[in-house]
Amino acid sequence: MADPDLKEIGLMVGLEVHQQLNTRAKLFCGCPTTIQGGEGHKLQRYLRPSMSELGEVDTAALFEWSRGTRFTYIAPEGCSCLVEADEEPPHGLNREALDVGIAVSMALGSSIVDEIYTMRKIVIDGSNTTGFQRTALVSLGGRIIDEEGEVGILSITIEEDAARRLEEDRTFSLDRLGVPLIEISTAPDIHTPEQAERVAKRIGQLLRLTGKAKRGLGSIRQDLNISIRGGTKVEVKGVQELELIPKVVRNEAIRQMGLLEIRRELERRGVSEEMINFQSKGVDLSEALRESSNKLISAQLRQGGVVMGMKAPKFGGLLGKELGPNRRLGTELADYIRSFVGLGGLFHSDELPKYGITAEEVERVRKILTAEEEDGFVILVGKREKVENGLEVVKARLIQCLKGVPKETRGANDDGTTRFLRPQPGSARMYPETDVPPVRLSIVDMERARLLVPEEPEVKLKKLLKLGLNEELSRIMLNSIHLDLFEELVAKYHPKVPATLIATTMENTLKYIKSKGGDTSRITDEVIEEVMRAVFEDTVTKDSIPEILLEVAQSKLSVNEAIKKFSRLNEDEVTRIVRTAVEKLDNISDERRAFNIAMGNAMEVLRGKVDGKKVAEAVRREIEKRREKDKARG
Amino acid sequence: MVESYRGKALNLLSKYGAEEGDELVVTLDVMELRGKLMPSYSEDESIIILKLENGYNVGISSEKIRGLRILHKRPIKQERTQPTNQKIGEVKIISTGGTIASKVEYETGAVRPALSTDEILQFVPEMKEVADVSAEVLFSILSEEMKPDYWVKIAEAVKKALDQGARGVVVAHGTDTMAYTAAALSFSLPKLSGPVVMVGSQRSSDRPSSDSAINLMSSIFLAKGSDFGEVVVNMHGESSDTYTLAHRGVRVRKMHTSRRDAFQSVNDLPLAKVWWNERKIEILQKDVRMREDNTEINTGFEDRVFLLKYWPGMRPEIIDHLISSGIRGIIVEGTGLGHTSREFAPYFKRATKEGIFVGMTSQCIFGRVNMNVYNTGRTLMEAGVMPLEDILSEIAIVKLMWILRRETDPTKVRQLMATNLRGEIGSRQTISTYPRWYHG
Repeated sequence: MADPDLKEIGLMVGLEVHQQLNTRAKLFCGCPTTIQGGEGHKLQRYLRPSMSELGEVDTAALFEWSRGTRFTYIAPEGCSCLVEADEEPPHGLNREALDVGIAVSMALGSSIVDEIYTMRKIVIDGSNTTGFQRTALVSLGGRIIDEEGEVGILSITIEEDAARRLEEDRTFSLDRLGVPLIEISTAPDIHTPEQAERVAKRIGQLLRLTGKAKRGLGSIRQDLNISIRGGTKVEVKGVQELELIPKVVRNEAIRQMGLLEIRRELERRGVSEEMINFQSKGVDLSEALRESSNKLISAQLRQGGVVMGMKAPKFGGLLGKELGPNRRLGTELADYIRSFVGLGGLFHSDELPKYGITAEEVERVRKILTAEEEDGFVILVGKREKVENGLEVVKARLIQCLKGVPKETRGANDDGTTRFLRPQPGSARMYPETDVPPVRLSIVDMERARLLVPEEPEVKLKKLLKLGLNEELSRIMLNSIHLDLFEELVAKYHPKVPATLIATTMENTLKYIKSKGGDTSRITDEVIEEVMRAVFEDTVTKDSIPEILLEVAQSKLSVNEAIKKFSRLNEDEVTRIVRTAVEKLDNISDERRAFNIAMGNAMEVLRGKVDGKKVAEAVRREIEKRREKDKARG
Repeated sequence: MVESYRGKALNLLSKYGAEEGDELVVTLDVMELRGKLMPSYSEDESIIILKLENGYNVGISSEKIRGLRILHKRPIKQERTQPTNQKIGEVKIISTGGTIASKVEYETGAVRPALSTDEILQFVPEMKEVADVSAEVLFSILSEEMKPDYWVKIAEAVKKALDQGARGVVVAHGTDTMAYTAAALSFSLPKLSGPVVMVGSQRSSDRPSSDSAINLMSSIFLAKGSDFGEVVVNMHGESSDTYTLAHRGVRVRKMHTSRRDAFQSVNDLPLAKVWWNERKIEILQKDVRMREDNTEINTGFEDRVFLLKYWPGMRPEIIDHLISSGIRGIIVEGTGLGHTSREFAPYFKRATKEGIFVGMTSQCIFGRVNMNVYNTGRTLMEAGVMPLEDILSEIAIVKLMWILRRETDPTKVRQLMATNLRGEIGSRQTISTYPRWYHG
């Protein structure tokens, strides 16, 4: 598909960046923020849309409710308590997290409110045991400078992270629930995919520079609000890789363009809502396709399921219309029935005959459905009730094609495309969390927070250069997720362990270990710190760092065991080993040759345990000694 | 009229004629904010609270406000009329207040009691599938405001509902003092033509995770579907939403400040287990009193009583103060098997001589008092203190209040206190009736 000029089509993107904060305690209780998983008590709960306002339940809430609402929660004792189990009211708002929110607001020029109110945002997909997420707005306004223009900040909030979804359906761990998040929402001032990535990077860097950002998979999440002219603001959730952002933005813009083209084409063909309502009726095709060699169809029919079809009037050629890489209108329909009724199989006219469904069978289906050449059709397979509901969903989605781009919340796929998750909630329904007292910000609060205001990247860069890092390494470090660990270690061990060594260990050595197939997740902050301390205390040489870390990453050795393995030999031992190597030489007449051989033999034993330079010195010394001995003898 | 603001904020709002609920535009130094004026719950009198268009509430100091404009006045609220439901269903819900019978104002977050029958029925529309339900709002008070006079009114309302043909009655109540009310109803209603199920909730009903819907559903089901004629408290049986437990009203105690399964039977088994989703009732007790042909009421409580919790260092003179204040009975929550310091013996003696009943329970909560084991116990008994077996102190005080209203003769009071009237005293406790606590 040709890459359109996205600025031309009125691309508008807003970002919502969510970053977990590395505070001592969770946002509303005393639990640690380490997301350690593990076993725990199992709780089974139901969530229901609020009862007292049945007339006004919002669409997203109703959607979740209709899918059945029994959830299972695992409550690991080490990192969840009665507050996460929704068995105790929340404690006061964590001030350490609030301080970060204020500091980031200051850095972005946002106006901080005078009194902070915690709100409850209704979420009943099970990810919060309460059925709502607690969130507090800290500031409004502000901006980020970007080369393609300023991007406004809408709001900065502090909120609790949701429970962690486990593999089993509707099952969550409470370990992550309540971990503080800072959310930064930008205005839809972003106009190119690349700008979206740049701004996300800039925000991520700013958050890391506070020194309070968590690291690791899932610690930062980007949501994107994407629209094009004539389209709809679609929310794309959970983009974890920054590099994926431009792709997601582009694909979503293309999808919206495609949907608008479909709308124009349907208009041209004179399709109306009444036409779809009147002509799109479910028809049982079980008999017509009983002999089909399609595996899904024959399996479902054997198990008592049905095959049903429905005409899509004048949709011929449109169901297969490409809406992005490997995405067609048919894929959208399949997403919908999967989400709404949990049904897997959908076939549509533009992809048939295929999958074992023959041309003859397609003709038969067309006849039964009275679908002409210009019409399309879909076939669903499964239990009767699900199939019937699925056809209703398909019909509703077809009608939406007449309107253009539906208002949806979509999830990002790994390939940069997106899939339908759920309809977007109406205006987010929020009401006050009366269990948490409001926080009136004082001058003292503001001054305490000011200490956390991240430095400007340029200022930071200068500091890194001053520590002896070269320009390239400084820039890498500035953008590194390890920046806070780097600073911590520099404060402790620099200059005896040079900052450059610490930086290259984090940035280059870890890459080397990965390239060797090592498991870098075993190289925790603690491991890096232990190794640096060992260098600082002269227990090991700096040359042995890669070997030690590789040992830890590859084997099941603990870092202390690995350090022991490479621990520095004392001078006497080095001298003894070098002397043996020199004494083994048959002659030392060719000094250069003698040195090379002795050095090679000594290093075989000493590599990684002693600086090469020191070995060389010892070899020279020992050759000199032997020469004198030989002379004395000779 | 600006109702919830004071001080500087009030001055500012009055100056512009702004009221809670109005849509405003507020001008600050760097920006304009648009939002709805919320009722204040700030402690700072200078703060005004706006609900922004994104749904968030924020507090803005009135000192920073340079200008204020009213976009829309608040819509005029229609006063609700209170329909009275005269019809009697299979199950009658009597609402007395508490979290279970309250609803949230989504705008302010303020929780207010449900005022009408319809509102109560709206809480759980599914309840119609379980039983034909009618409801009555008897009063709307927080459970800490409960008084013996209200116990009498509830008992009368229960009798009336049963007499009018309800198969069972559900009493919605705040949880803090629900066990006391349950005991009061148990003593007030010696004969019942149907189950009386008290129910509350530990998570307010405005939350999607509230336990109120399940507790209410389960209670309606129990009130209709079982044949006992007793007063029970029916609440979550565990933290999960799996089943509820119906505890005998004279054995139940709120054992946790916040958990859903806070209510537990002490020194006894619960009366029944209700699988609300599976619609199954398991009766756990062997000696259950069954429905009678009619309901008898015998109510009224003496409030000149005292529940005295002993602690090391408590001064015995307090007993003299109690005697001179005109009380008629004391329930002592003693230590261990039923003790206070021996210094109390002469004081208790003086009290009992004055015709004041003195009964002993244990602050251990679990187990039976036995004042024969140690000398102190025997001395206290000689002073007239009566050991009250394994009754809970809270139940003992309600029982005493009820008895004192009917009897003046101290000997008869002692006799009644020693008699197991509604299952409040057990003759045997097995090893499993004591919970084992978590120890890693």
